[in-house]
Amino acid sequence: MSDLRELYQEVILDHSKHPRNSRALPAANHHADGHNPLCGDRLKLYVQVDNGVISDIGFTGAGCAISTASASMMTEALKGKTIAEAEATFQRFHHMLTGAPDEQPPEEEVEALGKLGAFAGVREFPVRVKCATLAWHTLQAALKDQPAPASTE
Amino acid sequence: MTTTTPSRPSRQTPKPFRFDAAAIRRDFPLLQQQMRGKPLAYLDNAATSQKPQAVIAAIARYYNSLNANIHRGVYELSADATEAYEKARSKAAQFIGAYDPREIIFVRGATEAINLVASSWGFISIKPGDEIIVSALEHHSNIVPWQMVCQRQGAVLKVIPMNDAGELDLDAYAKLLNYRTRMVAVTHISNALGTINDVERITTMAHDAGAKVLIDGAQSVPHLAVDVKALGCDFFVFSGHKVFGPTGIGVLWARAQLLEAMPPYQGGGDMIASVTFEKTTYNVIPAKFEAGTPHIAGAIALASAFDYVNNIGFDAIAAQERDLLDYATQELSRVSGLKILGTAAHKAAVISFNLDGVHPHDVGTILDGEGVAVRTGHHCCQPVMDRLNVPATVRASFAFYNTRDDVDRLVAALGRVKEVFG
Repeated sequence: MSDLRELYQEVILDHSKHPRNSRALPAANHHADGHNPLCGDRLKLYVQVDNGVISDIGFTGAGCAISTASASMMTEALKGKTIAEAEATFQRFHHMLTGAPDEQPPEEEVEALGKLGAFAGVREFPVRVKCATLAWHTLQAALKDQPAPASTE
Repeated sequence: MTTTTPSRPSRQTPKPFRFDAAAIRRDFPLLQQQMRGKPLAYLDNAATSQKPQAVIAAIARYYNSLNANIHRGVYELSADATEAYEKARSKAAQFIGAYDPREIIFVRGATEAINLVASSWGFISIKPGDEIIVSALEHHSNIVPWQMVCQRQGAVLKVIPMNDAGELDLDAYAKLLNYRTRMVAVTHISNALGTINDVERITTMAHDAGAKVLIDGAQSVPHLAVDVKALGCDFFVFSGHKVFGPTGIGVLWARAQLLEAMPPYQGGGDMIASVTFEKTTYNVIPAKFEAGTPHIAGAIALASAFDYVNNIGFDAIAAQERDLLDYATQELSRVSGLKILGTAAHKAAVISFNLDGVHPHDVGTILDGEGVAVRTGHHCCQPVMDRLNVPATVRASFAFYNTRDDVDRLVAALGRVKEVFG
């Protein structure tokens, strides 16, 4: 069960029950749909970018605790960040989750992610990595104005 | 509802059988395994079943002492392999009450069987404006091949609706049937909800309208005695791996007359009578539908699975699974915030449920931590999920080797879910 506590950390449970920025921004200048065909989770992401800075960001949709918390914490972490900073955070986040499940991710990497470091435990549950990255893949699609929905597959 | 065949050889003399779950569990090596440091409670039998030692041994025996290509060698080993493969075909025929082994086509599984029928039978039988009926309970594998036929040949797909309990609305079905209906393709038992459909009645109604019937038996063959003659259907399909056999082997049964009229599904070796660059003539059934070297070991091991199941007997299996269904339904109903989805009057030992406020995937991960293996997701039945207005469910599906202890483990593990999610 220690693994499970690693996965379902308090901050993750909190964000899954009370997601932040969980609202549609119909006027946002970037948006995209995300879909995890394995579990049927669907997400709609809205991003307002002004002068290369994410000035507002919101999401709607239903998913598991991991995917909801990930979307919530992503929006919280990225508000006010530049596109380049958002991209760098995604790379770091993705790297933290997709390393070998039996190896700990480097501590400085987890620390650099701040609150998002709470998702380090997902690495031990490879089948749940897609839940944690759905919002981030959708963000990439939104920033690139991809017409097709982002998919974890 | 379920059908039995008094004349089936393997069931002519039902042995008195006392159900000894512990002894039966010892036949399944994988069930002895620990998962995450806990004994495995395997409750995902609708996805695939575990294999008895007899089946595993049959595969090893084939590769150790019988391996040769079939239907071609003049040497003894090839003749022996051919004989074992054809004997497996006869056993498959007996297992579902078909007396002519030529009516058994070995395929990869139920999915390939449905695709074969949709493609081959569909090609000669479906014209623009024709109608194909499926049900709201179908697995994607009994929807998509028919959609493909409809798209290719200008036909229309109709759907038998279901009620909130997960039972098909046969009055609505009666209204869907008409002179344009060519095929009714329905599942015997719903993999997502466990509903046992009244396939005899569905078949009779289809035949009265002049349509053919395909029954998807993937979920029924492991749990009840199937007699295709009594069902009256035209096509019956199932997968070997769900009935305690290997993956990659399955069965299409169809009336010989239909198979003889159908064009080949794939071309290649074994399915021909003669080949020149100008013209090829096809082999007779069943070879016409088995191009290339088949899964010989799989077919032989599947026959061992039939022997194993017949030895336990479907009366004993049904009694054990009935007990598990009743006990699990009772115990799960006591879990606060738990809602069972699929409450048909006739149900197999499959229970789909959701826990208030917790997504099925989170439930599944925590149950896994307790050594309880369940399926979470849409179960390849997205239309069923849409109809019930849920994104996914948790599904516990039982086999005869499950015990009340497995149910208790499931219920206890759901307690852990509540601890984590408060």
